Amino acid sequence: MHAPFVSATRLSIGSDADLAWVRQQVRQAAAALGFGLVQQTKLVTAVSELARNTLVHGGGGHMEMTPLAEGNRVGLRLSFVDRGPGIRDLELAMTDGYTTGGGLGKGLSGSKRLVAEFAIDSRPGEGTTVTIADWVSGVPSPRAGAS
Amino acid sequence: MQVAEHETALDVTRELSDFLERRREQIAQRWAEASLFRAVFTVSRDEAVEACKAVVDALAEVARGGRPEDLRAPGFDSVREQLGRMAASRAKAGYTPSQIAGEVAGLREPVTSLLRAEYDDPADPRAQANEIALTILIGTLRLVVMETTVDAGEELIARQRQQLLEVATPVIRLWDGVVAVPLIGTLDSARSQIVMESLLEAIVDQRARYAILDITGVPTVDSLVAQHLMKTVAAARLMGAECIVSGIRPAIAQTIVQLGIDLGTIITRAGLSDALAYALSQQGIVVSPRPAMGGNAR
Ligand SMILES: Nc1ncnc2c1ncn2[C@@H]1O[C@H](COP(=O)(O)OP(=O)(O)OP(=O)(O)O)[C@@H](O)[C@H]1O
Ligand SMILES: [Mg+2]
Repeated sequence: MHAPFVSATRLSIGSDADLAWVRQQVRQAAAALGFGLVQQTKLVTAVSELARNTLVHGGGGHMEMTPLAEGNRVGLRLSFVDRGPGIRDLELAMTDGYTTGGGLGKGLSGSKRLVAEFAIDSRPGEGTTVTIADWVSGVPSPRAGAS
Repeated sequence: MQVAEHETALDVTRELSDFLERRREQIAQRWAEASLFRAVFTVSRDEAVEACKAVVDALAEVARGGRPEDLRAPGFDSVREQLGRMAASRAKAGYTPSQIAGEVAGLREPVTSLLRAEYDDPADPRAQANEIALTILIGTLRLVVMETTVDAGEELIARQRQQLLEVATPVIRLWDGVVAVPLIGTLDSARSQIVMESLLEAIVDQRARYAILDITGVPTVDSLVAQHLMKTVAAARLMGAECIVSGIRPAIAQTIVQLGIDLGTIITRAGLSDALAYALSQQGIVVSPRPAMGGNAR
């Protein structure tokens, strides 16, 4: 099979409707790249968390979606960018159950567990960028070793 | 003849205003033939002519105010609502905003030909100045209509959304004392609020002891959706009903666990039928295959 065609895209995140659109676009891209159902579900769930953070805590922003090809691996990188208040204490924000907004506080910590790569870059007063990446696993069954 | 520029401009718009008032009847008669008016005011031609006159009057008033380019000119206020209805009815008939704008722009032509007829010499600078002012005025009218189209479009979307919210959350009575909601699609905040409300209402109305939330049709369960589910379960409990969540697909189950969400306090079942069986058995109702009655077999 040849590399499936998924182009780099930038989608704005400004409303609840945008969240639904972003999830749908990522699900489609992930399916086209060959992600299995479980991996798709995990990736889309992480996207839902991070896009909602961009909207709710960051005051809106956008998502950049980039298909990845490295050797014979295929993957997807997603960046969530906002120019909001930023996060003062990253370690605290990444703590399970920590929330400043009456949520469950599982968005950041949980999405980190759902994907292969997770990076967060935030400066108080300047904004936040969260980047995740995931790779299509060789075997169709869920990846082992996720702890 | 040299006059200060703004004075000339004011003269021109006043002249245009006079022209519009003088030719009100003819303009209205011509416009009543245009698809924009004809398709909307279908009861009688008189009705269409009246609607046209209202628009001519508004344009005349705006022109008299001397600012034909002003979207917010008070002269437009009297017809804004009518224009909104017209645009909405064209939109409902499947016209795009740009097609509607095109129809409004088309109103200029019949007026221009009447205007030209006023002057013996088509090269008369006053004729040309009037024509330019008219073009600006109709352009502004087009923008006013566009504005109402956008408003109407947004309202339509909001209304359809609201209808969808209500339609998509039916509470079904499965058995005496057992109600179920099959959840479908995105559980955003507005949706889950309605789900919760209609479920609680049904619990009271039906005196339900068991409420089944089936999430087979929910594509993504993230922390917000999970939180809504937990809140709904807690609220139902306060009303004296036990909630059962069914239809958690394997991929979603794995995801929820990895996300770190504990649904441990919620009763879950694989499918809707398992959930119903549970609710029935809790009430001492046993559903079993019809026993083979030895005596009357054959
Ligand atoms: N893009 C962002 N900009 C600013 N602050 C953020 C951003 N993303 C997260 N935060 C901060 O980090 C905290 C933890 O985020 P996390 O997503 O884990 O939990 P939450 O959004 O509060 O609740 P939920 O479990 O519903 O996601 C937030 O409460 C918020 O204070
Ligand atoms: Mg969050």
